[in-house]
Amino acid sequence: MNFILDYYNYWIVVFLMMAGFYIVISANNLVKKIVGLNVFQTSVFMLYISMGKVSGGTAPIVVEGVTEYSNPLPHVLILTAIVVGVATTAVGLALVVRIKRAYGTVEENEFDNKDDAI
Amino acid sequence: MAEFIDLVLLAMLALTALRIIFLKDLFAVVMLFGIYSFLSALIFVNLDAVDVAFTEASVGAGISTVLMLGTLALTGRKEKKSTHSKLLPLFVVLVTGAALIYGTLDMPPFGDPNNPVHQHVAPRYIEESPKEVGLPNMVTSVLASYRGFDTLGETVVVFAALIGVFSLLGVRRKQKKDHESGLESHTVLHVVAKVIIPLVILFALYVQFHGDFGPGGGFQAGVIAAAAFILYALVFGLPKAFAVVGPKFLQWMAAFGVLLYASVGLYSMYKGGNFLDYNQLAADPIAGQHYGIIIIELGVGFTVFAVMLNIFYAFGSQAERSNVQ
Repeated sequence: MNFILDYYNYWIVVFLMMAGFYIVISANNLVKKIVGLNVFQTSVFMLYISMGKVSGGTAPIVVEGVTEYSNPLPHVLILTAIVVGVATTAVGLALVVRIKRAYGTVEENEFDNKDDAI
Repeated sequence: MAEFIDLVLLAMLALTALRIIFLKDLFAVVMLFGIYSFLSALIFVNLDAVDVAFTEASVGAGISTVLMLGTLALTGRKEKKSTHSKLLPLFVVLVTGAALIYGTLDMPPFGDPNNPVHQHVAPRYIEESPKEVGLPNMVTSVLASYRGFDTLGETVVVFAALIGVFSLLGVRRKQKKDHESGLESHTVLHVVAKVIIPLVILFALYVQFHGDFGPGGGFQAGVIAAAAFILYALVFGLPKAFAVVGPKFLQWMAAFGVLLYASVGLYSMYKGGNFLDYNQLAADPIAGQHYGIIIIELGVGFTVFAVMLNIFYAFGSQAERSNVQ
């Protein structure tokens, strides 16, 4: 049981990563691909935050009588990564909108035969 | 107990991700993604990352979902049936996943205080930052002071994303008034929105200025304030929102935030220190750190607010235009 508790977080993170990866490579629709990319991204955040956790620790905000804190460094890195993530997602979605306007579709398998028409 | 909550929430997260794979209705996919973000925010709270949870809840579940819905309004909500085989992607994913799981067995056990990750710089941040920077919230100390240069970079990236979205989409300022914009006929929504919006903005200001002592800071406050204006735009229509804060003003504001941040760095150089060395800002180093962090958090808040709202404007005005046609 201890063995499972020690690695459970990492296994779920791997599962989520693979779920996101699968959506990115198998989905036809570009919006769904971006959702998949975000699922992948959040799983990486989860991995970092899991590594920063200290058993018996508390949130890294100074409180009287507490000596054990979780690692604040991953928190900082991931906090800014989330905001940068939404910024890149926005650029990706803007590209999808432009593709829709140029090709009339956002399904990947429908682009090929339309390339000549542009 | 914390372990049990962790197990259950992570299992729910896995189920949500699994469902996202198989759904064809993109509206439901985007909604599930919002749930996915909220669940991960809960897990972050459980893992002591309160600042991260705050950001994920406001950014992942809030702004991302709104932007994806805006895109769906332009591209349609049904995913068409795929023609190519699913076997190859499945094979690739299974092999990669198996390799990664094998790799995790070499990782140190979850939560052990003796893990290598807790040995390098973290003890210094935890022990010294309350004395050196003088803030109770170590995440803010590291974000704004020790790694202030990184955060300046992140702010510039957010600003660059605005330039990217604007060069791809652009905002049409003049809206033709031949159709209903927003939810003009819904009086109940108008009243409720008018009650909620000031409270949301008040909360954003609290998060902005209380970030040194509790969870929060410029990033979260900027997103929350932008959410208040997005609600205004959704209920009262884009033209009215443009009259309150227009895209042009927001462009200036986004640039101003970055400049405010960078100018703190330049001022500390002018005072004889290094770039972003807040100790130079006042006679007492701790007071200097405090001034520096308040100003740069304000710069981050301005930029994030302006960029998020302006990106929403860009998507929203596209959707309105396509409704007219």
